[in-house]
Amino acid sequence: MTVHSFEENFEEKLEKDIAIEPRDWMPDTYRKTLIRQISQHAHSEIVGMLPEGNWITRAPSLRRKAVLLAKVQDEAGHGLYLYSAAETLGISRDELYDQLHSGKAKYSSIFNYPTLTWADMGAIGWLVDGAAIMNQVPLCRTSYGPYARAMVRVCKEESFHQRQGFEIMLTLSKGTAVQKKMAQDALNRWWWPSIMMFGPPDDNSPHTEQSMHWKIKRFTNDELRQKFIDVTVEQAKILGLSVPDADLKWNEARGHYDYGKIDWDEFWNVVKGNGPCNKERLETRRKAWEGGEWVREAAAAYSEKRKQRSRQEAA
Amino acid sequence: MSQQETEHKSEWPLWEVFIRSKAGLDHKHVGSLHAADAQMAIENARDVYTRRMEGVSIWVVESKYLHTSDPDESASMYEPANDKIYRHPTFYNLPDELKHM
Ligand SMILES: [Fe+2]
Ligand SMILES: [Fe+2]
Repeated sequence: MTVHSFEENFEEKLEKDIAIEPRDWMPDTYRKTLIRQISQHAHSEIVGMLPEGNWITRAPSLRRKAVLLAKVQDEAGHGLYLYSAAETLGISRDELYDQLHSGKAKYSSIFNYPTLTWADMGAIGWLVDGAAIMNQVPLCRTSYGPYARAMVRVCKEESFHQRQGFEIMLTLSKGTAVQKKMAQDALNRWWWPSIMMFGPPDDNSPHTEQSMHWKIKRFTNDELRQKFIDVTVEQAKILGLSVPDADLKWNEARGHYDYGKIDWDEFWNVVKGNGPCNKERLETRRKAWEGGEWVREAAAAYSEKRKQRSRQEAA
Repeated sequence: MSQQETEHKSEWPLWEVFIRSKAGLDHKHVGSLHAADAQMAIENARDVYTRRMEGVSIWVVESKYLHTSDPDESASMYEPANDKIYRHPTFYNLPDELKHM
């Protein structure tokens, strides 16, 4: 086949919703964009364990602790599913880690905010996992097979994450005045960063068109953000908490909530590394990687020793 | 250079993971992971792929031992089966009154 017909074949598969698999021909730009997207997603799952990990030892009950532990463990699993999907595109795990640890790769900015109180565990599960689900469900139909399959597993596991978060918020908001205040404070701090999770507005998102064509993105940032806001505002009512946006108003004509101006300067500032916890997060990851060095070496040495022993026994 | 030569020396090998979700069903490919050896691969597979009782049996195969057909040759590879519809039971015209066949 000529390059031309390879490309035609690829386009035809996209058109017909036939999945692209690792050994199929694909344009270089598709491969590169996917590696970036999947690895950013994987890094987000891994770094995303840190803000919640901060509260595991201080969870208010054994039940909450077991749940939080299980949730954080799931996020590790999500990171691993996604790293292995990225590796099918021809990049090694070490390279992926290296990109994260050197600061070359990005991860979701939301994880650069601190978790100050227990209510943040509620707000993160409800809002951050909620936004992630909104983003991820359409990706179960993404064009790249291994990515889509990883997303199916991720989405199956995510729904408990959001529900446990909402349950924490519900318990606090029905508790004492201090507890309710704590829940409101968490909502105040996590609301705007959560709706920024969908990324810059469509008119400032130059790659959206190409990514939608490739079916590695199925809705635009603003479409998903609107969907999230519409759903979440109703949920806040159940909690009896108020969403910290004075301009939030139901728009009958649009059939959607109108919302206030998003502070994109803050968003870009955090992306550039100046969020409250960027340095701490990266340092923690680097330390974990470096601290694990001897374990990786010991396991490799042990496996080598066992191989040799079984060779000797066979001889 | 082969992929193995470019591989980082320190990186644990990659394993493909296959899981039988319940007795009586086939093992099915679920993904891959890194581990120093087969035993560790099985233990990691338990933690990564069966946190919700998704499996009763795990197979792991080091990825480099997996051989696959070439997708670029799919057309000629599977072509011989294309025109043999008589391999399907519906190919045969039989009377309606015929039962249990
Ligand atoms: Fe996740
Ligand atoms: Fe999650």
